[in-house]
Amino acid sequence: MTLAPDPSALRSGPGPWLIALRAIVAREALRFVHQRERFVAALVRPLVWLAVFAAGFRSALGLSIIPPYETYIDYETYIVPGLCGMIQLFNGMQSSLSLVYDREMGSMRLLLTSPLPRPWLLLCKLAAGCAISVLQVYAFLAIAAAFGIVLPWEGYVAVLPALVVTGLMLGALGLALSSFIRQLENFAGVMNFVIFPMFFLSTALYPLWKMAESSPLLRDICAVNPFTQGVELIRFALYARLEPAALGWTLLAFAVFAGLAVRGYDPARGLAQRKA
Amino acid sequence: MSGLRVEQVGFAWGPKTALDAVSFDAPAAGFCALLGPNGAGKSTLFALLTGLMRPASGRIEVAGHDLARAPRAALARIGAVFQQSTLDLDLTVRRNLTYFAALHGIAGREAARRADAALDRLDMRERADEKARALNGGHRRRAEIARALMHDPAVLLLDEPTVGLDAAARRAITDHVHDLSREAGICVLWATHLVDEVRGDDRVVILHHGRVAAQGPAAEIAGPRPLTDVFLTMTGKAAA
Repeated sequence: MTLAPDPSALRSGPGPWLIALRAIVAREALRFVHQRERFVAALVRPLVWLAVFAAGFRSALGLSIIPPYETYIDYETYIVPGLCGMIQLFNGMQSSLSLVYDREMGSMRLLLTSPLPRPWLLLCKLAAGCAISVLQVYAFLAIAAAFGIVLPWEGYVAVLPALVVTGLMLGALGLALSSFIRQLENFAGVMNFVIFPMFFLSTALYPLWKMAESSPLLRDICAVNPFTQGVELIRFALYARLEPAALGWTLLAFAVFAGLAVRGYDPARGLAQRKA
Repeated sequence: MSGLRVEQVGFAWGPKTALDAVSFDAPAAGFCALLGPNGAGKSTLFALLTGLMRPASGRIEVAGHDLARAPRAALARIGAVFQQSTLDLDLTVRRNLTYFAALHGIAGREAARRADAALDRLDMRERADEKARALNGGHRRRAEIARALMHDPAVLLLDEPTVGLDAAARRAITDHVHDLSREAGICVLWATHLVDEVRGDDRVVILHHGRVAAQGPAAEIAGPRPLTDVFLTMTGKAAA
């Protein structure tokens, strides 16, 4: 049987793919603009850490000169990359939360019934969340600069691709988690078992050698934490340097998390197949 | 050619069978009511028809496209209105429509033209620039139906679209969709447990405990009795 051409059939070529990408990113951006408190909260969190936590620990912690730093740096400067990562980590989790909400409320169905390939739709979602997180990080860096934590100017440019990679990796983690979380109520568990361990067991707050002083096991756990790799990628990029190992591990983590997310949203398995 | 063809579709939630060898055809230009009490398997069937889940067995064909073999071609021909509203309440009606169009690869002037046409069809044009949040339940449903028509689907699936609406809004939407099926030549599958939404010349599929209990023109299934009585008897809900 031959079918007549469908008037509603999806056009071929990259056009429809890019149209969907643009629409999903624009929708996420619009949503973010509407939620000003979310933007403020995203900035206040790392700024409080910077102002309060870093000030308190400044005298307690001595930092030796480690790459990429070439001179002695104060603690505020040390934790800036970690706080950039923190913004992206929370943003990834926020997106994940909104996905679970979307799914409970039904609007995720709209996305998943689009005729475009599902991995592409999920990637569009990731790109949208990543773009928002990069904007947040730049806003944070601007405020940090106003408080005197100024980085080399080329670092502000070089960090952009690093932030895209880490933003995608942490967004993919959120996406993968959202496909396994059945209800919004379970989200507190994610905070306790994912966000906090990821953040505290990383180089966001202390360098690895400092961890090793207290426990080599702790240092090893921190070293394999994908968040550590992301933070180190950002740290080096902020000084216009590439850390290939951190880039490789972050990309690998992205691939694994994205694979889990695609699997989780596959209609033949994953959450969709379990009755809510 | 059938608008929608469901052949021997089976699905289970773990050990519990939700759909058992469900088969029916919905005509290319016509209104087919999927009648069933709560828990009959209607929403499960909708999740399978929209590709959100895959059937354990059987086959689904949308406007000639096998949903399992050519999911993208099949999904491109489906418009769906789910039981729960899927409007973004913070966006205007028009933006909700154009966002959906973009998910189908339609943008710019073409999307705007289609949005106007779809809203006109549902008498919603004057509400286009209001936020979805400002609409009442009936108008939100209409906006969702307009949105589902943006890409000229061959098959329109509606899962209990009148739930929570008052009698007037329910009547208006039921009439609108009946007209649509006739005038625009769309295959409509309308899931409901409310028998008064079905007209005598509609095709009816009665689903009970995940199986097709009866199917055919409503008038034929009802015979000399009211369709409500027949439906309640078949589903074991008739008063003793």
